[in-house]
Amino acid sequence: MNPLERRLRDLRAQGKKGFIGYLTAGDPSIAETLGLMEALDRGGCDVIEVGIPFSDPLADGPVIQAAGQRAIEKDLGVEEIFQVVRRFKEKSGTPLAFLVYTNTIVVYGKDEFMRACKEIGVDALIVPDLPYEEQGEIKAEADAAGIALIPFASPTSGDRLTYTLKEGEGFVYCVSSMGVTGRDSEFHKDLDKYIAAVKENTDLPVAVGFGISTREDVVRMAGIADAVIVGTAIVRKIEESKGNPFVVEAFVRELSSALES
Amino acid sequence: MKKKFGEFGGQYVPESLMMPLQELEAAFIDAMADPAFVKEYEYYLEEYAGRETPLYYAKHLTEKTGGAKIYLKREDLNHTGAHKINNVLGQVLLARRMGKKHVIAETGAGQHGVATATAAALFGMTCTVYMGEEDVHRQELNVFRMQLLGAEVVPVVSGSKTLKDATNEAIREWVKRAEDTFYVIGSVVGPHPYPTMVRDFQRVIGDETRRQILEKEGRLPDRIYACVGGGSNSMGMFYPFLDDTQVELVGVEAGGLGIASGKHAVVLHPEAKGTLGVFQGMKTILLTDKNGNIIPAHSISAGLDYPGVGPEHAHLNHIKRARYEVVTDQEALEGFEILTRTEGIIPALESSHAIACALKEAAAMPKDSIIVINVSGRGDKDTHTIMEYYKQGKSGLESLNK
Repeated sequence: MNPLERRLRDLRAQGKKGFIGYLTAGDPSIAETLGLMEALDRGGCDVIEVGIPFSDPLADGPVIQAAGQRAIEKDLGVEEIFQVVRRFKEKSGTPLAFLVYTNTIVVYGKDEFMRACKEIGVDALIVPDLPYEEQGEIKAEADAAGIALIPFASPTSGDRLTYTLKEGEGFVYCVSSMGVTGRDSEFHKDLDKYIAAVKENTDLPVAVGFGISTREDVVRMAGIADAVIVGTAIVRKIEESKGNPFVVEAFVRELSSALES
Repeated sequence: MKKKFGEFGGQYVPESLMMPLQELEAAFIDAMADPAFVKEYEYYLEEYAGRETPLYYAKHLTEKTGGAKIYLKREDLNHTGAHKINNVLGQVLLARRMGKKHVIAETGAGQHGVATATAAALFGMTCTVYMGEEDVHRQELNVFRMQLLGAEVVPVVSGSKTLKDATNEAIREWVKRAEDTFYVIGSVVGPHPYPTMVRDFQRVIGDETRRQILEKEGRLPDRIYACVGGGSNSMGMFYPFLDDTQVELVGVEAGGLGIASGKHAVVLHPEAKGTLGVFQGMKTILLTDKNGNIIPAHSISAGLDYPGVGPEHAHLNHIKRARYEVVTDQEALEGFEILTRTEGIIPALESSHAIACALKEAAAMPKDSIIVINVSGRGDKDTHTIMEYYKQGKSGLESLNK
């Protein structure tokens, strides 16, 4: 089984919840990304999601957009991100996923991208602009390399859930609200009901993300899902602290420790 | 309904947009099968937009060029000054039919924004237009026009602060508010069903042209020229002629300061090295760097300033049903001047690209051959740009083309 899925399934079997932390590679600089990944690791992330910046990130809110833009302005290359990830994996067994847009993979070369992921130790890809119907774009290449494509679910997925989750691996990424990463609205009014519908349609671990920024949010989502995903709040903390790994680690611990209570 | 043109097109969007897109597709199919909807759309095209537009025999231009007979399809005579209104009326009527009260749109120079604000005013809907902050400053007059029409104009500060970023922002807003909001896309781009829907609302250009030329000449033209940014006026013009393989279809991309300068909006021409990729919900040919980031396009005409192309054009290029040529800023300005002086028609800078390419080629064609140029819009909106150019000469061209 995919190591990332294994980790989340093991936690579930032990009656525990998973904490998935996100950061954008190259923000504030690629030299600081390794230290920040290690900060997320020490802070209690069970899985780390590394964002590969893209010039036109449709699914991201202003905070993550700006982080990616800062990285792109420094001419961040995909290869440099691979190098940092490789070094991280030399010291840590924490499963990793890339948050990456379809174009980055297509332009890099689908086979080459998947093989690189495998080689450096990335287990899964979260591709926000690749819904179930278009997964054929990269599915064969991902399967061949043993890389999981994380399926998405949204409050408006409705009947789609009966077929979009069937071939999924890793976990189901459930968005907590309509819109983009971060929060400029409340969690969706039908959140509990829709997460329940996701669980009826899959045995995969279920994770909730978008707009989770406080201990209260973490506890609320852990009540309905197997794992919580925190992205924007961490990216904002990285920005505010100018990439201080100790501040970031403390912030991640503050949130992840809410799962222990 | 087919979601792709060959390998191009598709629905590369977040999961949250899949249901709204499926609902939109169903509503579009249902509307087009309803004679009452089609009749109402045609009513507004005639009585409100002022169709049909003339297919004008440009006698002086033909004589001056000394080759093929040149006809001009006068889309510049539409209400709001360009072909954009054809599509907007269709989409806003569809929005009303779906019970949506609010429309959003992206705009570059402001033409599509003005057309959408116009239709929203006509049908009593609220309207928000997303526009890159750079463009808000450059196109002050169009911003004011939209505001006069009752629309809210939201400056977009992300990315390169131009059309592509305005489009991203409109899509993001649509994800949030799809339940009560209709997103009016201005070109044959974006996720399915938009490229098909926009083409179908623009095909009136080609349908009329086909009928008009048969009436006037008793035969189809040898070549048709239209400019291509995203490609809605050209797709609307080309589509009814796709099966008439004796008619050569020529799309004209904006060469900016020249392909070699890197400052251009050419994706299909082989020299531009457009790459297959995924952008704004569609798989198509794009300008990207080696890390997969989109390279901003450049053109003197804001309407052609797009780093991709509609997926059906990518397909027509791939199967070689259409030929794609390049016209630089300088050449477009020459085309602009010639049409203005010989026929008293001031074309949009976008349309001037099609004119320039056609004039170059028409001279070498026999006198009994026939070409049609789509004059997609009028040039009033560009007079400020042209004035700057006349004041500053070539250096002005470079500063305008930032």
